Amino acid sequence: MKRRDVLRCLGGVAVALPLLELGVGHVRAAEGEGRVIELEARRFRYTPNEIHARAGETLTLAIRSVDFVHGFSMPELGLRSDLPPGRVTRIRVADLPAGRWTFLCDNFCGEGHEEMNGMLIVEA
Amino acid sequence: MNTMDRRRFLELCGLGGGAVFASALAGCSGMGAAKNADAADFYFVQLSDVHWGFRGPENPDPTGTLPKAIAAVNALPRQPDFIVFTGDLTHTTDDPEERRRRMAEFKDVAAALKVPTVHFMPGEHDASLDRGAAFQEYFGATHYTFDHKGIHFIVLDNVSDPGARVGSEQLEWLKADLERQDKDAPIVLFTHRPLFDLVPKWDWATRDGAQVIATLMPYRNLTVFYGHIHQEHHHLTGHIAHHSAKSLMFPLPAPGSQEKRTPLPWNPAVPYQGLGFREVDAEPRTARLAIQEFPVVAT
Ligand SMILES: [Cu+2]
Ligand SMILES: [Fe+2]
Repeated sequence: MKRRDVLRCLGGVAVALPLLELGVGHVRAAEGEGRVIELEARRFRYTPNEIHARAGETLTLAIRSVDFVHGFSMPELGLRSDLPPGRVTRIRVADLPAGRWTFLCDNFCGEGHEEMNGMLIVEA
Repeated sequence: MNTMDRRRFLELCGLGGGAVFASALAGCSGMGAAKNADAADFYFVQLSDVHWGFRGPENPDPTGTLPKAIAAVNALPRQPDFIVFTGDLTHTTDDPEERRRRMAEFKDVAAALKVPTVHFMPGEHDASLDRGAAFQEYFGATHYTFDHKGIHFIVLDNVSDPGARVGSEQLEWLKADLERQDKDAPIVLFTHRPLFDLVPKWDWATRDGAQVIATLMPYRNLTVFYGHIHQEHHHLTGHIAHHSAKSLMFPLPAPGSQEKRTPLPWNPAVPYQGLGFREVDAEPRTARLAIQEFPVVAT
């Protein structure tokens, strides 16, 4: 069963439960996290804003917001989380399906908010 | 109602010209409005997504487009009972003073409308950066109700929360208001964002929209008009129809038609292409509504 299906079974409005890591230390890979990708969220950009992965891979996005409670939403995979500034929000996604998955800030953060998005490209 | 009915109805109202869209307006069972037997037919005009203050190649006439639409409304042979602006009155700015300047200017320009009754509501561009503070200074409440000739109108705010939530407090308010209505009563709900998941990856959704729709479902004659997506679009959630309006600044691509929701370029061959406003004709006796779309045209 794909994670997407599991999320759908949970009612279609699945929300990632981020593992919050307080403080500003190095991002530590925990068991089962898969590959950890560090991202920065700041008005009005994610860095990096293009992530590459392979189908079936497990990823953990470790996102540090620096200036606002940005959002991270990848609606097609049923993932979303707030990104409180000054800490790292970890979002794990297992068994990635192949495709081009848009992610976007879904908390209105200012003049460039509508351009704050990126792409997770998962090769088959 | 079917096409025949609508055409007859529009003829009844003496409304010619303009394209008549035969899109399904569900919620028109026509069963429940007996109480409104005496209510006269009327129509209102919906204007949306003015984005006052926007500057960019997508619209080389950013200060002239709204006045053109207003002139077209003022020239309608019979004036509407009221006008509604469904949000994004102004284009967003990080500067609170500039935000207020844009609102004041917009208000001045909109004052040229001959119709005395104008209802406003915010879009995320107006309200999401200050939780509606500037909007309220200039236009008042961000959610409210009013009644007109037997139809109950609800204005719902899904933008003052930067996370696009209606929120539990407003949801309770909505429930309390609806409880006072008959399940067959003709009800029109105005809001800015789509209440259903139109294209979530373009932010075309309301985070707690499913709860709102669940609250609306028991009402058999309820129709939603909204903005945000800068084009005409018609969608059904069960029996409830949702109709989005065109913008008066720049059009956006068809839902999900491309990777990014970038504004459509200005077409010099057809200036103002994709921009416009609509009339909504209401027949309270039967709870029927009909839509006519009008383009902005070069003068
Ligand atoms: Cu909007
Ligand atoms: Fe807009």
